[in-house]
Amino acid sequence: MLTKRIIPCLDVKNGKVVKGVQFKNHRIIGDPIKLAAKYSEENADELVFYDIYSSVESKSVSLSWINEIAQNINIPFCVAGGIKNIKKAKEVLYMGADKVSINTPAVENPKLISELAKTFGSQCVVIGIDSYFDQTNYIVHAKTGSTKSRYEIGKNTLDWVREVQDRGAGEIVLNCMNRDGIKEGYDIDQLAMIREVCKVPLIASGGAGKKEHFKKVFENSNVDGALAASVFHDNKISISELKSYLIDQKIEVRK
Amino acid sequence: MIAVIDCGGANLRSVSYALEYLNIKYQICINKEQIKNSNGIIIPGVGAAKNVMNNLKKYDFINTIKEYKKPVLGICVGMQIFYEFSEEENEKCLGLIPGKIKKFSNNNLTIPHMGWNKVIFNDDSFDECNGYYYFANSYYADVNKYTFGKCTYGSTFSAFVRKDNFFGVQFHPEKSSKNGSKFLMQFLKQL
Repeated sequence: MLTKRIIPCLDVKNGKVVKGVQFKNHRIIGDPIKLAAKYSEENADELVFYDIYSSVESKSVSLSWINEIAQNINIPFCVAGGIKNIKKAKEVLYMGADKVSINTPAVENPKLISELAKTFGSQCVVIGIDSYFDQTNYIVHAKTGSTKSRYEIGKNTLDWVREVQDRGAGEIVLNCMNRDGIKEGYDIDQLAMIREVCKVPLIASGGAGKKEHFKKVFENSNVDGALAASVFHDNKISISELKSYLIDQKIEVRK
Repeated sequence: MIAVIDCGGANLRSVSYALEYLNIKYQICINKEQIKNSNGIIIPGVGAAKNVMNNLKKYDFINTIKEYKKPVLGICVGMQIFYEFSEEENEKCLGLIPGKIKKFSNNNLTIPHMGWNKVIFNDDSFDECNGYYYFANSYYADVNKYTFGKCTYGSTFSAFVRKDNFFGVQFHPEKSSKNGSKFLMQFLKQL
């Protein structure tokens, strides 16, 4: 059986892993290669690197850190942030990343999804979706890096999920914005609703605070993987312990 | 020296790094002379069968590979092209192994088949390799008499095939952590 995936997400700025609030006051918390090796050793199933600087500043930065990651770990990894065209995607993939994840560029230019899928294969193309519940509807937002730039794209989340998969997305990461950073658990209701229409792998993002949250999201929304950042970086949960717990709970994960 | 064929796929680098990690000498090959001097071939494949076949044609590698007598390892789409035909863009392949490559068609499955799945080997040389491997495929080969490693996703399909000197894996050993290294070492022992 295909196992459920546990996916740590690392924010990278200028080749360093950073942590900050709302893209401000970034504090360097480590070297991406060391952290990647640590998570890989703990049996993380894959890693996501979010290149903050490229995304916000729309500048071209050195991608050599991607190459170093590829040289040092042998589990799959995805790079997100600032990938706006085929050329940039190609650079990232040829540096050794297995997948690229695009969010705002897919909103601004949906054709990019099909171009990427056609050029590299759907399995390389992950679409990140920032979804906000306004107490009536689930609405897609873009440029969520700061409150100033953030805007509603005018599509509800279900429709956008259908559209991106029709265009060739190979995986969807659904970031449930209302839960982001709150650590009260994944948005099960929303994920279960999206699961109904999502025929490609679906990854839950936003809200992980304790081990039980992972159990619940796998059991109740049937997602393929769960992404989390701070609970792993702050050593609140170790991936090895999380996986032992999930196995005890009869959820199949790789140990 | 292992000849790693440049198939134009994005995993060329990952395969190279996996070999470096294991201290194996390799060369990325774009001409036939390089292949003739090698002890074995690895065909990394990502994308579609058509891409891989087009690259093999571009370098005029088709007959060189078919006539090669030392071990050959095809990875993912690199394995799929060993078959006669791929339903992906209706591509005629090398025809080294009978059968065709089909798309997962069960409506209850998410596709691509992406992530870690269990492989059970049935081959004396690879019996120690049972475990989880990383997959990223929408197309697969049915089990036939050349299947020596199976995986289940909806139904059971070929994860490891072997005919004469041709070895193929649907999973990505270069991305499969310790199990992947173990598998590659077992393959390299066949050289």
